Amino acid sequence: MRFVLCRPMISIAVAAVAAVAAAFLPASARAQDLVVGLGGNVTSIDPHFHNLSPNNGVAAHVFDRLVHQDAQQRLVPGLATEWTVLDDTTWEFKLRQNVRFHDGTPFDAEDVVASLKRVAWVPNSPSSFLISTRAIAETIVVDSHTIRFRTARPAPLLPVDMSSVNIVSKRHVESPTGDFNQGRAAVGTGPFRFVDFAPGERVVLARNDNYWGPKPHWARVTLRIIANPSARTAALLAGDVQLIDQVQTADLPRLRGNQQIAIARVTSNRLIFLALDQNRDQSPFITDKQGALLPNNPLKNRRVRQALSRAINRAGIVQRVFDGEAIPAGGLLPEGFFGVSDKLKPDAFDPEAARRLLAEAGYPNGFAMTIHGPNDRYPDDEKVLQAIGPMFARVGIDTRVVTQPWATYASVSSAPTYAYSIMLFGWGAATGEVSSPLRSLLATPNRDLGTGASNRGRYSNPQVDELLARAMATVADPARARLLAEASEAAMADQGLIPLYYQINLWGMRKGLSYEPRADETTLAQFVRPAN
Amino acid sequence: MSVFIIRRLSQSALVLLIMSLLVFFGVFAIGDPIEIFIAADADQAERERAIAALGLDKPIWLQYFYFLANALGGDLGRSFVFNIPAIDLILLRLPATLELAFCAVFLSVAFGIPLGMYAGYRPDSRAAKTIMATSIAGFSLPTFWVGLMMILVFAVELGWLPASGRGELGTFLGIQSSLFTLNGLAHLALPALNLALFNISLVIRLTRAGMRENMPMDYVKFARAKGLTQRRVVFVHVMKNIMIPVVTVIGLEIGQVIAFAVVTETIFAWPGMGKLIIDSINNLDRPVIVAYLLIIVLMFIVINLVVDVLYSVLDPRVRLSDTGK
Repeated sequence: MRFVLCRPMISIAVAAVAAVAAAFLPASARAQDLVVGLGGNVTSIDPHFHNLSPNNGVAAHVFDRLVHQDAQQRLVPGLATEWTVLDDTTWEFKLRQNVRFHDGTPFDAEDVVASLKRVAWVPNSPSSFLISTRAIAETIVVDSHTIRFRTARPAPLLPVDMSSVNIVSKRHVESPTGDFNQGRAAVGTGPFRFVDFAPGERVVLARNDNYWGPKPHWARVTLRIIANPSARTAALLAGDVQLIDQVQTADLPRLRGNQQIAIARVTSNRLIFLALDQNRDQSPFITDKQGALLPNNPLKNRRVRQALSRAINRAGIVQRVFDGEAIPAGGLLPEGFFGVSDKLKPDAFDPEAARRLLAEAGYPNGFAMTIHGPNDRYPDDEKVLQAIGPMFARVGIDTRVVTQPWATYASVSSAPTYAYSIMLFGWGAATGEVSSPLRSLLATPNRDLGTGASNRGRYSNPQVDELLARAMATVADPARARLLAEASEAAMADQGLIPLYYQINLWGMRKGLSYEPRADETTLAQFVRPAN
Repeated sequence: MSVFIIRRLSQSALVLLIMSLLVFFGVFAIGDPIEIFIAADADQAERERAIAALGLDKPIWLQYFYFLANALGGDLGRSFVFNIPAIDLILLRLPATLELAFCAVFLSVAFGIPLGMYAGYRPDSRAAKTIMATSIAGFSLPTFWVGLMMILVFAVELGWLPASGRGELGTFLGIQSSLFTLNGLAHLALPALNLALFNISLVIRLTRAGMRENMPMDYVKFARAKGLTQRRVVFVHVMKNIMIPVVTVIGLEIGQVIAFAVVTETIFAWPGMGKLIIDSINNLDRPVIVAYLLIIVLMFIVINLVVDVLYSVLDPRVRLSDTGK
């Protein structure tokens, strides 16, 4: 009887073992194949549909822009070989000769016109590239390889804007997003041809052997979407993928200790900061220690803002939370980016000075507050807030920390609700210029100027606004850089927000590969090469 | 019986309506999707354009009304972030989830029932005790931890199986599935086992309990007295009786593993529907959330119906009432 019952079990077990054993045969990857594990979720191949960094990253394989950004986000020639200012409101771009789309049709100025038109046309876009083309009032095709843009106002950022607009073939100006996802319209001039896209799963690319620039090393590239960071690390360790991005801090010691793995790191263009409600006379989460709303919003007082900044031990956060893989911040962008002031250093950790400033501001016994932040948006965002809470408590401010999923937090903390008083946010400067955080985070919110759209604390300083406006009207680079530096100095002297740290972007790869790490967090297979 | 089925289906239409109402307004209450989709450096004008483009500028009740009108025509809306009809997006992910779910259910039946029967048949043997002790572990260890450990052991340390993702697809009888290639099966092994672990334990325990309950019963004694072989008593008569709770649970488990394999799919980067729904919730991609949950509700209704019908097949005492009483 026992055997009767056991026999099916045994045969099942044997069959299972046999099946699994047969499957053990390692899939031998060809030498020119590259498999990458991406943390971000690609939602479309249409380069104009959704202005989202994972999408822009994939688009940069298949398409080119007039102007490209190098790893440090400096502008380098793309489909345009040079660009010049003719007068304050006219830019001229010379286009690259002898470039062909993947379908063999030659590239010329009409493709640029078509692409700009498509940006404005693409239906149902949840976030379009109109912000990059809005400055253009008129497009003039001078000849097949020269194009001029007239702008209503001086537009010093036009070349930067052009570095985010992908050029599609004029034959596909009215192709809907679906045609791009299925490949019919995913025809660019870029280093890779589009092969296949499975939403939420993978993008497959093949080398474009007729690429005008340096040819990629890889004949075939698979970008696999592996959103879970532990799964990404495991896939790298198991050899399923050869390169991963967004390595999480917790996995660093493990990867560093592995002889088979190399790490690439670079300072990010992303600042993590605290935004402070400086608009309302009573802020909803600032109370006395008994929990009654304070009659006056202390965050309106510069001394209180400075006290908060000095109460934060940035070096401690960097060491304890990030294992050293972050950089204490005193400004809006790390050194080396356009318009960064070299005078802005991180505030020293000084609880005594913070107490003194609070006393001078009229809060010798502190007050109580709740600070809010996301728990699934930035690396270790929740841990950072948990670390900051006690630092504020140490200078006499009773602090509660509340974190929420980004889906809730992002909308409730923004216009028109502005539900919170002190908020943790991050800002990546897509343009690689200080003008980006200045315009969005610190300029007075103004719909007509398009400024302060993400200024959740509604900080407003006429001096900053004025310097920024002058910078945005100054086409000459050195003069603009100086004005931007001055504007950020003014905003920081006033502590318009509290900078915490700059992230460090980390890539993990199998030994034998090299990747030039990019400040803008994107992963581009054309820059993955065998290490020498 | 056909009246019973028709009645059941018409009741489910009401359930679907209530469900859509709850989900639609529930997602609306979580937050404003525009803040999630929009590029950080978008200005106010661009935000307004996006809100209008997605129809979010209209009052919520009007949005719901449009949704209902379209839904009656079979259109559950387009995903905000993929710009693909929500139904298409879900159906695109369905095969991956189905193969994972069916493998998991297959494993839980193939391991659970024989092991459970043995454990119930010889409850005092050492093997039975081992089985029961192991099943406690299968029950209580969290799926994500077991999943990560399995990856660590079988993929990272031993290098036997791939760590994540879906393998190559093969075609058999016109169906595309990773079940038909070795590479596909290798990719499937760990996630399917991970997903099955809980269910194997559950089925073991249910089967064992049924076995223990039925073996001392009169009909078993009678059958033995009649001279039936032990084999026939256990595999025909007892088995039929213990199958009723097992079938119920397996039916519900099929639904569970299809709809909510979220953890396993996330850890193994398995491109199934569970992963899709989690991503959609994080993105507040309302059309996908609503469509997904409606499809899931429909699926549960159908599964329950099938289970009810199976009951009457397994146990002639159960009659499906045509009067609804």
